Amino acid sequence: MTALASTELRLFLRERSGPAFGVGLPILLLIIFGNLPFYHERRDDLGGRTLLDTYVPILVAFSLAMLALNVLPPVLAGYREKGVLRRLRTTPVGPVRVLGAQLVITLVTALVAVTALLLVARFAFGVGLPRQPAGFLIATLLATLALTALGLLVAAAAPGGRAANAIGAAVFYPLVFFGGLFLPVETMPPALARISHATPLGAAVTAMTDATNGHWPHWIALLTLLAWAGGAAAAAAKLFRWE
Amino acid sequence: MNNDGRRRVNAVIEVEHLHKRYGETVAVDDVSFTVGRGEIFGILGRNGAGKTTTVECLVGLRAPDGGTIRVLGRDPLRDHAEVTRRVGVQLQDGQLQDRLRVGEAMRLYASFYPEPADGTALLEQLGLEGKERMPYGRLSGGQKQRLSIALALIGRPRIAVLDELTTGLDPHARRDTWDLIEAVRAAGVTIVLVTHFMPEAERLCDRVALIDAGRVVHTGTPAELVERSGEPTLEDAYVTLTRRTP
Repeated sequence: MTALASTELRLFLRERSGPAFGVGLPILLLIIFGNLPFYHERRDDLGGRTLLDTYVPILVAFSLAMLALNVLPPVLAGYREKGVLRRLRTTPVGPVRVLGAQLVITLVTALVAVTALLLVARFAFGVGLPRQPAGFLIATLLATLALTALGLLVAAAAPGGRAANAIGAAVFYPLVFFGGLFLPVETMPPALARISHATPLGAAVTAMTDATNGHWPHWIALLTLLAWAGGAAAAAAKLFRWE
Repeated sequence: MNNDGRRRVNAVIEVEHLHKRYGETVAVDDVSFTVGRGEIFGILGRNGAGKTTTVECLVGLRAPDGGTIRVLGRDPLRDHAEVTRRVGVQLQDGQLQDRLRVGEAMRLYASFYPEPADGTALLEQLGLEGKERMPYGRLSGGQKQRLSIALALIGRPRIAVLDELTTGLDPHARRDTWDLIEAVRAAGVTIVLVTHFMPEAERLCDRVALIDAGRVVHTGTPAELVERSGEPTLEDAYVTLTRRTP
Protein backbone atom coordinates (compact mmCIF):
# COMPACT_ATOMS: atom_id res chain seq x y z
CA MET A 1 0.00 0.00 0.00
CA THR A 2 2.76 2.48 0.85
CA ALA A 3 4.55 1.58 -2.40
CA LEU A 4 1.37 2.25 -4.33
CA ALA A 5 0.72 5.57 -2.57
CA SER A 6 4.30 6.78 -3.00
CA THR A 7 4.27 5.77 -6.68
CA GLU A 8 1.03 7.67 -7.24
CA LEU A 9 2.46 10.70 -5.41
CA ARG A 10 5.60 10.62 -7.57
CA LEU A 11 3.47 10.47 -10.74
CA PHE A 12 1.31 13.33 -9.43
CA LEU A 13 4.39 15.52 -8.89
CA ARG A 14 5.95 14.40 -12.19
CA GLU A 15 2.76 15.34 -14.05
CA ARG A 16 3.14 18.87 -12.57
CA SER A 17 -0.40 20.02 -13.45
CA GLY A 18 -1.66 19.31 -9.91
CA PRO A 19 0.95 21.36 -8.06
CA ALA A 20 0.99 24.07 -10.77
CA PHE A 21 -2.77 24.63 -11.16
CA GLY A 22 -3.94 23.55 -7.73
CA VAL A 23 -1.30 25.30 -5.61
CA GLY A 24 0.77 27.63 -7.82
CA LEU A 25 -1.99 29.37 -9.77
CA PRO A 26 -4.15 30.42 -6.77
CA ILE A 27 -1.04 31.76 -5.01
CA LEU A 28 -0.01 33.62 -8.15
CA LEU A 29 -3.48 35.19 -8.35
CA LEU A 30 -3.22 36.14 -4.67
CA ILE A 31 0.14 37.82 -5.28
CA ILE A 32 -1.23 39.73 -8.29
CA PHE A 33 -4.34 40.87 -6.39
CA GLY A 34 -2.23 41.74 -3.36
CA ASN A 35 -0.13 44.09 -5.47
CA LEU A 36 -3.10 46.04 -6.81
CA PRO A 37 -3.76 49.07 -4.55
CA PHE A 38 -7.56 49.07 -4.95
CA TYR A 39 -7.72 45.55 -3.50
CA HIS A 40 -6.57 47.09 -0.21
CA GLU A 41 -9.35 49.74 0.04
CA ARG A 42 -12.03 49.14 2.67
CA ARG A 43 -15.41 48.94 0.96
CA ASP A 44 -18.87 49.53 2.32
CA ASP A 45 -20.47 47.02 -0.06
CA LEU A 46 -18.15 44.35 1.42
CA GLY A 47 -19.07 45.19 5.00
CA GLY A 48 -16.00 47.34 5.55
CA ARG A 49 -13.60 44.60 4.38
CA THR A 50 -11.11 45.00 1.55
CA LEU A 51 -11.44 43.23 -1.78
CA LEU A 52 -8.33 41.22 -0.87
CA ASP A 53 -9.95 40.03 2.40
CA THR A 54 -12.92 38.92 0.34
CA TYR A 55 -10.81 37.11 -2.22
CA VAL A 56 -8.79 34.89 0.16
CA PRO A 57 -11.69 32.44 0.79
CA ILE A 58 -12.59 32.64 -2.92
CA LEU A 59 -9.06 31.64 -3.90
CA VAL A 60 -9.11 28.83 -1.33
CA ALA A 61 -12.30 27.49 -2.93
CA PHE A 62 -10.82 28.04 -6.40
CA SER A 63 -7.82 25.91 -5.46
CA LEU A 64 -10.01 23.09 -4.09
CA ALA A 65 -12.17 23.13 -7.22
CA MET A 66 -9.09 23.11 -9.46
CA LEU A 67 -7.68 20.02 -7.75
CA ALA A 68 -10.98 18.15 -7.54
CA LEU A 69 -12.43 18.99 -10.96
CA ASN A 70 -9.51 19.68 -13.29
CA VAL A 71 -6.69 17.54 -11.88
CA LEU A 72 -8.29 14.42 -10.36
CA PRO A 73 -10.89 13.35 -13.00
CA PRO A 74 -8.54 13.11 -16.02
CA VAL A 75 -6.14 10.96 -13.97
CA LEU A 76 -8.80 8.47 -12.90
CA ALA A 77 -10.65 8.36 -16.22
CA GLY A 78 -7.30 8.02 -18.00
CA TYR A 79 -6.36 5.10 -15.74
CA ARG A 80 -9.58 3.37 -16.66
CA GLU A 81 -9.17 4.17 -20.36
CA LYS A 82 -5.58 2.87 -20.46
CA GLY A 83 -6.41 -0.32 -18.56
CA VAL A 84 -4.34 0.61 -15.50
CA LEU A 85 -7.30 -0.23 -13.23
CA ARG A 86 -8.07 -3.42 -15.15
CA ARG A 87 -4.47 -4.60 -14.80
CA LEU A 88 -4.57 -3.89 -11.05
CA ARG A 89 -7.74 -5.96 -10.71
CA THR A 90 -5.64 -9.02 -11.55
CA THR A 91 -3.28 -8.35 -8.63
CA PRO A 92 -3.91 -8.98 -4.92
CA VAL A 93 -3.88 -5.22 -4.30
CA GLY A 94 -6.77 -4.29 -6.57
CA PRO A 95 -7.77 -0.90 -7.97
CA VAL A 96 -9.66 0.44 -4.93
CA ARG A 97 -6.38 1.44 -3.31
CA VAL A 98 -5.35 3.51 -6.34
CA LEU A 99 -8.58 5.40 -5.91
CA GLY A 100 -7.78 5.77 -2.20
CA ALA A 101 -4.24 6.96 -2.93
CA GLN A 102 -5.55 9.55 -5.40
CA LEU A 103 -8.08 10.85 -2.87
CA VAL A 104 -5.44 11.13 -0.16
CA ILE A 105 -3.14 12.99 -2.57
CA THR A 106 -5.96 15.39 -3.47
CA LEU A 107 -6.76 16.02 0.19
CA VAL A 108 -3.13 16.57 1.22
CA THR A 109 -2.46 18.88 -1.73
CA ALA A 110 -5.62 20.81 -0.86
CA LEU A 111 -4.41 21.27 2.72
CA VAL A 112 -0.99 22.42 1.47
CA ALA A 113 -2.63 24.91 -0.91
CA VAL A 114 -5.01 26.29 1.73
CA THR A 115 -2.25 26.66 4.31
CA ALA A 116 0.04 28.36 1.79
CA LEU A 117 -2.71 30.76 0.67
CA LEU A 118 -3.58 31.77 4.24
CA LEU A 119 0.07 32.25 5.20
CA VAL A 120 1.01 34.27 2.10
CA ALA A 121 -2.12 36.42 2.56
CA ARG A 122 -1.26 36.97 6.22
CA PHE A 123 2.47 37.62 6.02
CA ALA A 124 2.87 39.19 2.57
CA PHE A 125 -0.31 41.28 2.49
CA GLY A 126 -1.51 41.63 6.08
CA VAL A 127 -4.82 39.79 5.63
CA GLY A 128 -5.99 38.45 8.99
CA LEU A 129 -6.09 34.67 9.52
CA PRO A 130 -9.55 33.12 10.05
CA ARG A 131 -10.78 34.24 13.47
CA GLN A 132 -12.83 31.07 13.87
CA PRO A 133 -10.15 28.48 12.84
CA ALA A 134 -12.19 25.35 13.69
CA GLY A 135 -15.13 26.63 11.66
CA PHE A 136 -12.81 27.44 8.76
CA LEU A 137 -11.27 23.96 8.90
CA ILE A 138 -14.68 22.29 8.90
CA ALA A 139 -15.86 24.46 6.00
CA THR A 140 -12.67 23.60 4.06
CA LEU A 141 -13.01 19.88 4.71
CA LEU A 142 -16.69 19.79 3.73
CA ALA A 143 -15.93 21.82 0.60
CA THR A 144 -13.12 19.41 -0.29
CA LEU A 145 -15.47 16.46 0.22
CA ALA A 146 -18.22 17.98 -1.93
CA LEU A 147 -15.86 18.96 -4.76
CA THR A 148 -13.94 15.67 -4.69
CA ALA A 149 -17.22 13.76 -4.88
CA LEU A 150 -18.14 15.88 -7.92
CA GLY A 151 -14.71 15.12 -9.39
CA LEU A 152 -15.29 11.39 -8.88
CA LEU A 153 -18.65 11.76 -10.60
CA VAL A 154 -16.95 13.44 -13.58
CA ALA A 155 -14.37 10.62 -13.67
CA ALA A 156 -17.16 8.04 -13.51
CA ALA A 157 -19.23 9.64 -16.25
CA ALA A 158 -16.38 10.40 -18.67
CA PRO A 159 -15.35 7.66 -21.09
CA GLY A 160 -11.68 8.70 -21.07
CA GLY A 161 -9.04 11.16 -19.91
CA ARG A 162 -9.74 13.79 -22.56
CA ALA A 163 -13.48 13.71 -22.01
CA ALA A 164 -12.88 13.99 -18.25
CA ASN A 165 -10.76 17.07 -18.93
CA ALA A 166 -13.54 18.67 -20.97
CA ILE A 167 -16.37 17.76 -18.58
CA GLY A 168 -14.30 18.81 -15.57
CA ALA A 169 -13.67 22.24 -17.11
CA ALA A 170 -17.35 22.58 -18.08
CA VAL A 171 -18.31 22.02 -14.44
CA PHE A 172 -15.41 24.05 -13.04
CA TYR A 173 -16.05 27.41 -14.72
CA PRO A 174 -19.72 27.89 -13.75
CA LEU A 175 -18.86 26.75 -10.22
CA VAL A 176 -16.01 29.21 -9.76
CA PHE A 177 -18.23 31.92 -11.22
CA PHE A 178 -20.87 31.23 -8.56
CA GLY A 179 -18.05 30.97 -6.03
CA GLY A 180 -17.36 34.63 -6.79
CA LEU A 181 -14.06 34.41 -8.65
CA PHE A 182 -15.16 37.06 -11.14
CA LEU A 183 -17.65 38.87 -8.93
CA PRO A 184 -17.76 38.29 -5.15
CA VAL A 185 -21.09 36.94 -3.92
CA GLU A 186 -21.67 40.07 -1.79
CA THR A 187 -21.72 42.21 -4.94
CA MET A 188 -23.87 39.84 -7.05
CA PRO A 189 -27.49 40.77 -7.92
CA PRO A 190 -29.85 39.02 -5.44
CA ALA A 191 -31.04 36.38 -7.95
CA LEU A 192 -27.46 35.34 -8.77
CA ALA A 193 -26.51 35.38 -5.09
CA ARG A 194 -29.39 33.02 -4.30
CA ILE A 195 -28.21 30.54 -6.96
CA SER A 196 -24.69 30.96 -5.69
CA HIS A 197 -25.65 29.92 -2.15
CA ALA A 198 -27.04 26.66 -3.50
CA THR A 199 -23.84 25.76 -5.38
CA PRO A 200 -20.96 23.98 -3.64
CA LEU A 201 -18.48 26.81 -4.21
CA GLY A 202 -20.94 29.53 -3.22
CA ALA A 203 -21.75 27.65 -0.02
CA ALA A 204 -18.04 27.00 0.62
CA VAL A 205 -17.06 30.64 0.20
CA THR A 206 -19.96 31.79 2.40
CA ALA A 207 -18.98 29.32 5.14
CA MET A 208 -15.28 30.24 4.93
CA THR A 209 -16.07 33.97 4.95
CA ASP A 210 -18.22 33.53 8.08
CA ALA A 211 -15.34 31.72 9.80
CA THR A 212 -12.82 34.31 8.62
CA ASN A 213 -14.95 37.05 10.21
CA GLY A 214 -15.06 35.15 13.51
CA HIS A 215 -18.51 33.55 13.23
CA TRP A 216 -19.40 29.90 13.20
CA PRO A 217 -20.31 29.01 9.54
CA HIS A 218 -24.04 29.11 8.91
CA TRP A 219 -25.49 25.62 9.19
CA ILE A 220 -27.35 25.98 5.87
CA ALA A 221 -24.03 26.48 4.06
CA LEU A 222 -22.51 23.43 5.78
CA LEU A 223 -25.62 21.37 5.06
CA THR A 224 -25.51 22.44 1.40
CA LEU A 225 -21.91 21.19 1.15
CA LEU A 226 -22.83 17.93 2.87
CA ALA A 227 -25.75 17.40 0.49
CA TRP A 228 -23.52 17.97 -2.54
CA ALA A 229 -20.94 15.55 -1.14
CA GLY A 230 -23.51 12.84 -0.44
CA GLY A 231 -25.41 13.22 -3.70
CA ALA A 232 -22.35 13.33 -5.94
CA ALA A 233 -20.65 10.46 -4.10
CA ALA A 234 -23.75 8.27 -4.42
CA ALA A 235 -24.07 9.03 -8.14
CA ALA A 236 -20.34 8.43 -8.68
CA ALA A 237 -20.48 5.10 -6.85
CA LYS A 238 -23.41 4.05 -9.03
CA LEU A 239 -21.77 5.09 -12.30
CA PHE A 240 -18.14 4.21 -11.63
CA ARG A 241 -16.65 1.37 -13.69
CA TRP A 242 -13.19 -0.13 -13.34
CA GLU A 243 -12.99 -0.78 -17.09
CA MET B 1 -16.76 -31.68 -26.45
CA ASN B 2 -14.62 -34.40 -24.98
CA ASN B 3 -12.86 -33.06 -21.96
CA ASP B 4 -9.86 -35.06 -23.15
CA GLY B 5 -11.42 -38.14 -21.68
CA ARG B 6 -9.63 -38.40 -18.38
CA ARG B 7 -9.61 -36.33 -15.23
CA ARG B 8 -6.20 -35.00 -14.47
CA VAL B 9 -5.07 -35.91 -10.99
CA ASN B 10 -2.99 -32.78 -10.69
CA ALA B 11 -5.46 -30.38 -12.27
CA VAL B 12 -4.70 -26.75 -11.36
CA ILE B 13 -7.38 -25.29 -13.60
CA GLU B 14 -10.81 -26.84 -14.18
CA VAL B 15 -13.31 -25.11 -16.42
CA GLU B 16 -16.70 -26.80 -16.82
CA HIS B 17 -19.41 -25.62 -19.19
CA LEU B 18 -18.37 -21.99 -18.98
CA HIS B 19 -21.00 -19.69 -20.47
CA LYS B 20 -20.75 -15.92 -20.83
CA ARG B 21 -22.87 -13.47 -22.76
CA TYR B 22 -22.85 -9.70 -23.19
CA GLY B 23 -26.47 -8.72 -23.59
CA GLU B 24 -27.72 -10.72 -26.56
CA THR B 25 -24.25 -11.66 -27.77
CA VAL B 26 -22.94 -15.00 -26.61
CA ALA B 27 -19.19 -14.59 -26.14
CA VAL B 28 -18.56 -18.06 -24.69
CA ASP B 29 -21.20 -20.69 -25.32
CA ASP B 30 -19.91 -23.86 -23.67
CA VAL B 31 -16.23 -24.21 -22.84
CA SER B 32 -14.70 -26.96 -20.72
CA PHE B 33 -11.06 -27.89 -20.25
CA THR B 34 -8.62 -28.98 -17.60
CA VAL B 35 -5.01 -27.88 -17.20
CA GLY B 36 -2.54 -30.06 -15.31
CA ARG B 37 0.23 -28.86 -13.04
CA GLY B 38 3.33 -27.79 -14.96
CA GLU B 39 1.65 -27.90 -18.33
CA ILE B 40 1.89 -25.30 -21.06
CA PHE B 41 -1.70 -25.19 -22.23
CA GLY B 42 -2.67 -23.29 -25.37
CA ILE B 43 -6.03 -21.70 -26.04
CA LEU B 44 -6.32 -21.31 -29.79
CA GLY B 45 -9.00 -19.76 -31.92
CA ARG B 46 -9.87 -16.94 -34.26
CA ASN B 47 -10.49 -13.37 -33.20
CA GLY B 48 -13.87 -13.23 -31.49
CA ALA B 49 -13.93 -16.99 -30.80
CA GLY B 50 -14.18 -16.37 -27.05
CA LYS B 51 -10.55 -16.88 -26.00
CA THR B 52 -10.07 -13.60 -24.19
CA THR B 53 -13.45 -13.80 -22.43
CA THR B 54 -12.57 -17.31 -21.25
CA VAL B 55 -9.27 -16.06 -19.86
CA GLU B 56 -10.96 -13.03 -18.24
CA CYS B 57 -13.33 -15.36 -16.41
CA LEU B 58 -10.36 -17.53 -15.43
CA VAL B 59 -8.56 -14.64 -13.69
CA GLY B 60 -11.71 -13.24 -12.08
CA LEU B 61 -12.12 -10.15 -14.24
CA ARG B 62 -15.59 -11.26 -15.33
CA ALA B 63 -18.41 -13.21 -13.74
CA PRO B 64 -19.52 -16.23 -15.79
CA ASP B 65 -23.22 -16.55 -16.59
CA GLY B 66 -22.99 -20.32 -16.31
CA GLY B 67 -20.63 -23.19 -15.52
CA THR B 68 -17.90 -23.45 -12.92
CA ILE B 69 -14.26 -22.45 -12.79
CA ARG B 70 -11.70 -23.74 -10.32
CA VAL B 71 -8.22 -22.28 -10.24
CA LEU B 72 -5.94 -24.07 -7.77
CA GLY B 73 -9.17 -25.43 -6.31
CA ARG B 74 -10.63 -21.96 -5.76
CA ASP B 75 -13.27 -19.76 -7.28
CA PRO B 76 -11.55 -16.82 -9.05
CA LEU B 77 -14.35 -14.43 -8.07
CA ARG B 78 -15.11 -15.48 -4.51
CA ASP B 79 -11.48 -16.16 -3.58
CA HIS B 80 -10.17 -13.27 -5.65
CA ALA B 81 -7.32 -12.28 -3.31
CA GLU B 82 -6.13 -15.87 -2.97
CA VAL B 83 -6.24 -16.53 -6.71
CA THR B 84 -4.60 -13.24 -7.74
CA ARG B 85 -1.71 -13.91 -5.36
CA ARG B 86 -0.89 -17.13 -7.20
CA VAL B 87 -1.81 -16.28 -10.78
CA GLY B 88 0.28 -13.89 -12.87
CA VAL B 89 -1.52 -12.25 -15.76
CA GLN B 90 -0.41 -10.62 -18.96
CA LEU B 91 -3.28 -8.92 -20.75
CA GLN B 92 -3.61 -7.47 -24.22
CA ASP B 93 -3.25 -3.67 -24.61
CA GLY B 94 -1.32 -1.10 -22.61
CA GLN B 95 -1.95 -1.04 -18.92
CA LEU B 96 0.55 1.23 -17.18
CA GLN B 97 0.79 4.97 -16.58
CA ASP B 98 2.80 6.69 -19.34
CA ARG B 99 5.12 8.45 -16.89
CA LEU B 100 5.76 5.36 -14.76
CA ARG B 101 9.33 4.17 -15.25
CA VAL B 102 10.22 0.54 -15.95
CA GLY B 103 12.09 0.13 -12.65
CA GLU B 104 9.26 1.77 -10.70
CA ALA B 105 6.70 -0.51 -12.30
CA MET B 106 8.76 -3.58 -11.36
CA ARG B 107 9.20 -2.42 -7.75
CA LEU B 108 5.51 -1.48 -7.47
CA TYR B 109 4.26 -4.82 -8.75
CA ALA B 110 6.85 -6.68 -6.66
CA SER B 111 5.36 -4.97 -3.58
CA PHE B 112 1.97 -6.57 -4.31
CA TYR B 113 3.21 -10.11 -3.68
CA PRO B 114 4.55 -11.84 -0.56
CA GLU B 115 7.65 -13.38 -2.20
CA PRO B 116 8.47 -11.55 -5.42
CA ALA B 117 11.02 -12.70 -7.96
CA ASP B 118 14.26 -10.83 -8.71
CA GLY B 119 13.09 -7.96 -10.92
CA THR B 120 16.55 -7.13 -12.24
CA ALA B 121 17.08 -10.71 -13.43
CA LEU B 122 13.64 -10.79 -15.05
CA LEU B 123 14.29 -7.55 -16.95
CA GLU B 124 17.61 -8.98 -18.11
CA GLN B 125 15.98 -12.21 -19.31
CA LEU B 126 13.48 -10.15 -21.28
CA GLY B 127 16.12 -7.87 -22.81
CA LEU B 128 15.05 -4.81 -20.84
CA GLU B 129 18.24 -4.31 -18.85
CA GLY B 130 19.34 -0.68 -18.78
CA LYS B 131 15.77 0.53 -19.38
CA GLU B 132 14.91 0.95 -15.68
CA ARG B 133 14.62 4.74 -15.95
CA MET B 134 12.67 4.73 -19.20
CA PRO B 135 9.02 5.87 -18.84
CA TYR B 136 6.41 3.34 -19.99
CA GLY B 137 5.03 5.80 -22.55
CA ARG B 138 8.39 5.98 -24.33
CA LEU B 139 8.85 2.21 -24.71
CA SER B 140 8.34 0.58 -28.10
CA GLY B 141 5.43 -1.83 -28.59
CA GLY B 142 7.71 -4.83 -28.17
CA GLN B 143 9.31 -3.40 -25.02
CA LYS B 144 5.88 -2.74 -23.49
CA GLN B 145 4.94 -6.30 -24.29
CA ARG B 146 8.08 -7.66 -22.63
CA LEU B 147 7.59 -5.48 -19.55
CA SER B 148 4.05 -6.78 -19.25
CA ILE B 149 5.41 -10.36 -19.33
CA ALA B 150 7.92 -9.42 -16.62
CA LEU B 151 5.08 -8.01 -14.46
CA ALA B 152 3.09 -11.23 -14.96
CA LEU B 153 6.03 -13.20 -13.55
CA ILE B 154 7.24 -10.84 -10.81
CA GLY B 155 5.01 -12.38 -8.12
CA ARG B 156 6.46 -15.91 -8.59
CA PRO B 157 3.04 -17.17 -9.73
CA ARG B 158 2.02 -20.84 -9.67
CA ILE B 159 0.08 -20.17 -12.87
CA ALA B 160 0.88 -17.61 -15.56
CA VAL B 161 -1.90 -16.60 -17.94
CA LEU B 162 -0.45 -14.96 -21.02
CA ASP B 163 -2.75 -13.42 -23.64
CA GLU B 164 -1.05 -12.90 -27.02
CA LEU B 165 2.39 -13.55 -25.56
CA THR B 166 4.59 -12.59 -28.51
CA THR B 167 2.34 -10.32 -30.57
CA GLY B 168 4.40 -7.36 -31.70
CA LEU B 169 7.76 -8.95 -30.93
CA ASP B 170 10.46 -9.33 -33.55
CA PRO B 171 11.71 -12.88 -34.26
CA HIS B 172 14.70 -12.60 -31.91
CA ALA B 173 12.64 -11.27 -29.03
CA ARG B 174 10.00 -13.89 -29.74
CA ARG B 175 12.50 -16.73 -29.47
CA ASP B 176 14.05 -15.28 -26.32
CA THR B 177 10.55 -15.04 -24.84
CA TRP B 178 9.81 -18.66 -25.75
CA ASP B 179 13.06 -19.69 -24.03
CA LEU B 180 12.02 -17.73 -20.95
CA ILE B 181 8.57 -19.36 -20.88
CA GLU B 182 10.16 -22.81 -21.10
CA ALA B 183 12.52 -21.91 -18.27
CA VAL B 184 9.59 -20.67 -16.18
CA ARG B 185 7.72 -23.89 -16.80
CA ALA B 186 10.81 -25.91 -15.93
CA ALA B 187 10.65 -24.15 -12.55
CA GLY B 188 7.20 -25.70 -12.05
CA VAL B 189 4.88 -22.92 -13.21
CA THR B 190 1.76 -23.86 -15.15
CA ILE B 191 1.24 -21.71 -18.22
CA VAL B 192 -1.94 -20.84 -20.07
CA LEU B 193 -1.16 -19.31 -23.41
CA VAL B 194 -3.72 -17.57 -25.62
CA THR B 195 -2.52 -17.39 -29.21
CA HIS B 196 -3.40 -17.64 -32.84
CA PHE B 197 0.20 -17.95 -33.87
CA MET B 198 0.63 -21.62 -34.71
CA PRO B 199 4.45 -21.86 -34.63
CA GLU B 200 4.21 -20.64 -31.05
CA ALA B 201 1.61 -23.24 -30.10
CA GLU B 202 3.67 -25.96 -31.79
CA ARG B 203 6.88 -24.93 -30.09
CA LEU B 204 5.53 -24.37 -26.57
CA CYS B 205 2.22 -26.11 -25.91
CA ASP B 206 1.87 -29.59 -24.43
CA ARG B 207 -1.83 -29.49 -25.13
CA VAL B 208 -4.19 -27.05 -26.74
CA ALA B 209 -7.90 -26.31 -26.70
CA LEU B 210 -9.22 -25.08 -30.01
CA ILE B 211 -12.14 -22.72 -29.48
CA ASP B 212 -14.51 -21.76 -32.25
CA ALA B 213 -17.69 -19.69 -31.92
CA GLY B 214 -17.62 -20.01 -28.14
CA ARG B 215 -17.19 -23.81 -28.01
CA VAL B 216 -14.22 -26.13 -27.67
CA VAL B 217 -13.91 -28.04 -30.91
CA HIS B 218 -10.80 -29.98 -29.98
CA THR B 219 -8.56 -30.64 -26.99
CA GLY B 220 -5.30 -32.52 -27.23
CA THR B 221 -1.65 -32.27 -28.15
CA PRO B 222 -0.79 -30.21 -31.22
CA ALA B 223 0.15 -33.48 -32.98
CA GLU B 224 -3.26 -34.98 -32.22
CA LEU B 225 -4.91 -31.91 -33.64
CA VAL B 226 -2.95 -32.22 -36.88
CA GLU B 227 -3.76 -35.94 -37.08
CA ARG B 228 -7.45 -35.44 -36.50
CA SER B 229 -7.75 -32.80 -39.19
CA GLY B 230 -5.92 -34.85 -41.80
CA GLU B 231 -3.92 -31.78 -42.74
CA PRO B 232 -0.11 -31.62 -43.05
CA THR B 233 0.64 -28.85 -40.51
CA LEU B 234 -0.84 -27.34 -37.36
CA GLU B 235 -1.59 -24.14 -39.23
CA ASP B 236 -3.56 -26.05 -41.87
CA ALA B 237 -5.32 -28.04 -39.18
CA TYR B 238 -6.24 -24.82 -37.36
CA VAL B 239 -7.61 -23.21 -40.50
CA THR B 240 -9.62 -26.30 -41.44
CA LEU B 241 -11.09 -26.83 -37.97
CA THR B 242 -12.09 -23.19 -37.49
CA ARG B 243 -13.38 -22.50 -41.00
CA ARG B 244 -16.78 -20.88 -40.92
CA THR B 245 -19.41 -22.79 -42.85
CA PRO B 246 -21.00 -20.28 -45.24
